[in-house]
Amino acid sequence: MSPRPTLGSRGVALPAACDVAIVGGGVMGLATAYHLSQVSRLRVVVLERSYLVSGASGRNGGGVRMQWGDEGNVRIMMESIEICRGLTQELGINLWFRQGGYLFVARTEAGEARLIRNAELHRAIGAPTRLMSAEEARELVPDLEVSGIRLAAFNAEDGVVFPWPFVWGYAGQAIRRGVVVRTHTAAIAAEPDGSGMRLRLSTGEHLRAQIVVNATGAWSHDLNRSLGIALPNRPHRHEILSTEPLKPFLNPLVVDLQSGLYFSQSTRGEVVAGITVPGGHDDGTVVDQRSSLRFLAHLGANLVALMPRLGALKVLRQWAGPYDVSPDGEAIVGPTPGIPALLQVCGFTGHGFMMAPAVGRILANYIAHQQRHPMLERWDPARFAGGATLRREDMIIG
Amino acid sequence: MTQRMFICRCEDVTVAEVDHAIGIGLESVEEIKRYTGLGTGPCQGKECTVALVHLLLDRGRITASAVQPFTARPPAEPVTLAELASLAELTGPAELAAPAELASPAGEAPPSGATP
Repeated sequence: MSPRPTLGSRGVALPAACDVAIVGGGVMGLATAYHLSQVSRLRVVVLERSYLVSGASGRNGGGVRMQWGDEGNVRIMMESIEICRGLTQELGINLWFRQGGYLFVARTEAGEARLIRNAELHRAIGAPTRLMSAEEARELVPDLEVSGIRLAAFNAEDGVVFPWPFVWGYAGQAIRRGVVVRTHTAAIAAEPDGSGMRLRLSTGEHLRAQIVVNATGAWSHDLNRSLGIALPNRPHRHEILSTEPLKPFLNPLVVDLQSGLYFSQSTRGEVVAGITVPGGHDDGTVVDQRSSLRFLAHLGANLVALMPRLGALKVLRQWAGPYDVSPDGEAIVGPTPGIPALLQVCGFTGHGFMMAPAVGRILANYIAHQQRHPMLERWDPARFAGGATLRREDMIIG
Repeated sequence: MTQRMFICRCEDVTVAEVDHAIGIGLESVEEIKRYTGLGTGPCQGKECTVALVHLLLDRGRITASAVQPFTARPPAEPVTLAELASLAELTGPAELAAPAELASPAGEAPPSGATP
């Protein structure tokens, strides 16, 4: 019998120094730690200020899609989905990965044009997206109210996962390979230390590392501020709900481009649905995880209009989580301007979870072998120094 | 309690599964919820939380004075989507107005939200 991996705990001993200290025990930090343990012999420590799965990685909808509007994002998600295919076996835990596809529906001429343009891009790259009429969409999702839908786009390789085991799986395998995962321990400040950095921890301990990775997502502002770093990513509250479980009836995750409503059926049977409530506002740099009745009402109205039969379905629970929004919608990954020993892996704007399998591998190969994946150039944290940045992607839908 | 006994009837979580979670280092109700799925079904923990706490006390993992339940999530009891949809009128007409189609290809910035 193989040794049982333990998951992170508050009791695990920290070394005085390591090669790579990853701050943030979410999917991004743990995927990076797992891949570092595969491609290097570097000594890696992951610090999580609460318990694992407590942050955005435990709060997202679990969608994974390659239907993006920009070639780089399509390619990175093709990479991520390819990794997902074998990940249940690789991590030794059931991720509930199900490729039921993503179905986008458009109601306006502009939305229709976007789906057509995307499908052409996807065809050129080799992503199997196909356009379909409203009637064809209803064959895919029989109870869909399709009046007013001009065009739909479907990619059968997109899908959903259950986020919780994803995080546990990366943690368990990373620990098994020698990574130290310490929970209930926050990095409260960092200072340069020779060619590396020295972290001051909430437990009173200190940790020296050659490289520190800020993988705290929507919370990254705090650690960055302790170093005088001003990056423009900010938290944005997003709400979501899940329902009582039903037998499988809904294959794809459905997105209405106009309202921003999305809903899917998880492999556990529940319907998971989210929407951005109009008129909401975010309060600066503070992560707000409150849920609201306004959200339930707004989501209920939009979901019942699109699929009237779901009116009888009962909501069991709602919650909120933060998106880590960057001004140009692009992630912020790589060395911090002026502090090369501090790497950022933040700013994923609501799509970090689905990109993490690919990003963890990319970042590990960058740290261990200085390999520069093409996306690292556009994700460069230094790009904001020159003022306005270019927005490439228009499939960020809320 | 026997190992084959269900501790969470909604999600079919057994005592043996909770013991496995404890054995790999998980110690709080929040962690065990997220590892086993306990408490995420129709009762939302109303039946199983107390049983879990007793088990954790029996196993010496927690003390009665320090135990915390997992965060309670609204709604307090299951509500149909149709009933929630009817509330939209109460929250004002703006709530129901769908925003204009987002992010035209001409380059208008989309809102900060995102879909998974």
